[in-house]
Amino acid sequence: MADILYFGRLGDVAGVGAEKLDIPAAITDTAALRRWLDAEKSAGGAFLEASVRLAVNSEIVVDPHPISSSDEIAFMPPVGGG
Amino acid sequence: MITLTPSPFIPSEALSAFEKEARGAGAIVSFTGLVRDRAGDADVEGLHLQAYSPMTENGIEKAAADARQRWPLTALRIIHRIGDMGPFEPIVFVATASAHRRAAFEAADFLMDYLKTEAVFWKKELTKTGSRWIEPRAEDYSDSARWTQTDTETDRHARHK
Repeated sequence: MADILYFGRLGDVAGVGAEKLDIPAAITDTAALRRWLDAEKSAGGAFLEASVRLAVNSEIVVDPHPISSSDEIAFMPPVGGG
Repeated sequence: MITLTPSPFIPSEALSAFEKEARGAGAIVSFTGLVRDRAGDADVEGLHLQAYSPMTENGIEKAAADARQRWPLTALRIIHRIGDMGPFEPIVFVATASAHRRAAFEAADFLMDYLKTEAVFWKKELTKTGSRWIEPRAEDYSDSARWTQTDTETDRHARHK
């Protein structure tokens, strides 16, 4: 089971902030994961936006980045504090 | 020192403590960011801040290290709220100390630009009519880009020497 985290507005889109998911074996990289989750969540493209970055095990990665079933994968919309 | 805290803090106390820590510096600059009570036409009832530990802390540590490399700082302090907070509450505090004012001013400005556009936080504004996630404004990004432009100018000067 992979740990999937949804930050910012993507938490509202996903309906949860985090969940454990059984990712199908055919989904082996971040680009495929975006497409799969977007369809699963009927997100209308929210997971596909270029401004949404992905972090695999706390490292921001560039699509397509390999993923495995034990990874922690975070969906990160544009950040900013202050 | 860097602190993320879910509890309110008092900027004047943070500044007093920093003045003691920075004793001997010729210049101290501090900045406090507060939760606004208005956003556009709406009354803001609260703000919610998400962080992603330890990525958030590590990123701020790196920005602080960058600031120390660029300016001769003798002390540096960052406090950032996470979780829920109300209007007028302090959300961020940055203090820098140096022998002279320019380094302290610029380093504090640089760190705030980092915190506004690159620090790993997500910010949600709660109003009477609902809530919405806030992302940096175009102006925040152009403010932040000034520091890379400065690098380019430095390179250009170096080439012309």
